[in-house]
Amino acid sequence: MLNFLEIHKQMRMNSIALFFKGCVTFELIDSIIMIVSSRLEQLENNLGVRKRVYGVLTECLQNLCNNIESSEESKEMTELNYDLHSAVIMVDSNDEGYFIKTGNFVSNSKIEDLKKSIEGINLLSKEELREKYNKILSNKIFSEKGGAGLGLIDIAKKSGKKLEYDFETVDNKFSFFSFQITISKNG
Amino acid sequence: MEKLTLEPKNKTPKLSFDPANGKMEVSGVSSAENSLEFYKPILSWIEEYKNSPQPETVVDINYKYFNTSSAKCILDMLERFVQLKSAGTNLTVNWYYEKDDEEMYDAGLNFSDILETSFNLIEIE
Repeated sequence: MLNFLEIHKQMRMNSIALFFKGCVTFELIDSIIMIVSSRLEQLENNLGVRKRVYGVLTECLQNLCNNIESSEESKEMTELNYDLHSAVIMVDSNDEGYFIKTGNFVSNSKIEDLKKSIEGINLLSKEELREKYNKILSNKIFSEKGGAGLGLIDIAKKSGKKLEYDFETVDNKFSFFSFQITISKNG
Repeated sequence: MEKLTLEPKNKTPKLSFDPANGKMEVSGVSSAENSLEFYKPILSWIEEYKNSPQPETVVDINYKYFNTSSAKCILDMLERFVQLKSAGTNLTVNWYYEKDDEEMYDAGLNFSDILETSFNLIEIE
């Protein structure tokens, strides 16, 4: 039998905790952002940190939602019984910082591009991230959904840490993409 | 020309643009996933104001947070304001940021760099 008291204690120890698995919609992520930010108000005294967590969470979840919605393989995935609109979202924290983790299915054909953009961003210094952000912004090249890769750069800027990721092959068409962002408590 | 007033919502800021005294105020959060919809009428409003602006136009920008989808729209909006200078108004842009909010300070500086126009960066408690 599952011991919920244990789980409750563990989650309390982590001081902020949210775990979700299921269909991701913009309405849902709005609620998640609201829950996390009101919890942050109580737990985190540093306004800068609070705002960075809020910003990264918003950007990351809106990104996730956009990617899931724009997936062209949606029909095929549904037929194959992959839970296309379904993702996992987790927010937790320890003494050092806050962690935002997401997981979702991606088509194998998209892995290389995704890897390339994350690796590319991980190579940049704080100043280079700022320059790249400004360049994209003033270039006025924007996708319908507002992106042009600005989201990931903004996340990296606010995080100040390297973006962590992993692809786990499911079959010859799909993989599971895990993504983790860290925001330090001491700036 | 009508005054433009928008009440703040969960994901959109409070807005008050007054053509009678040239005072333009934006404050709050801008985090809609598709911001263009929200900003389009605002951009048109500024275009219209450009036809007969006040001699002094003061723009007060006080965002608590904006997402990347809004960033481009905010730049567009600020650019429209900067263009007012050629229509004969004396433009002041005040960019407010909360104490310790380094990100928002940087954002103001970035926009000001891109538009090659100086903003007053003002810290608030």
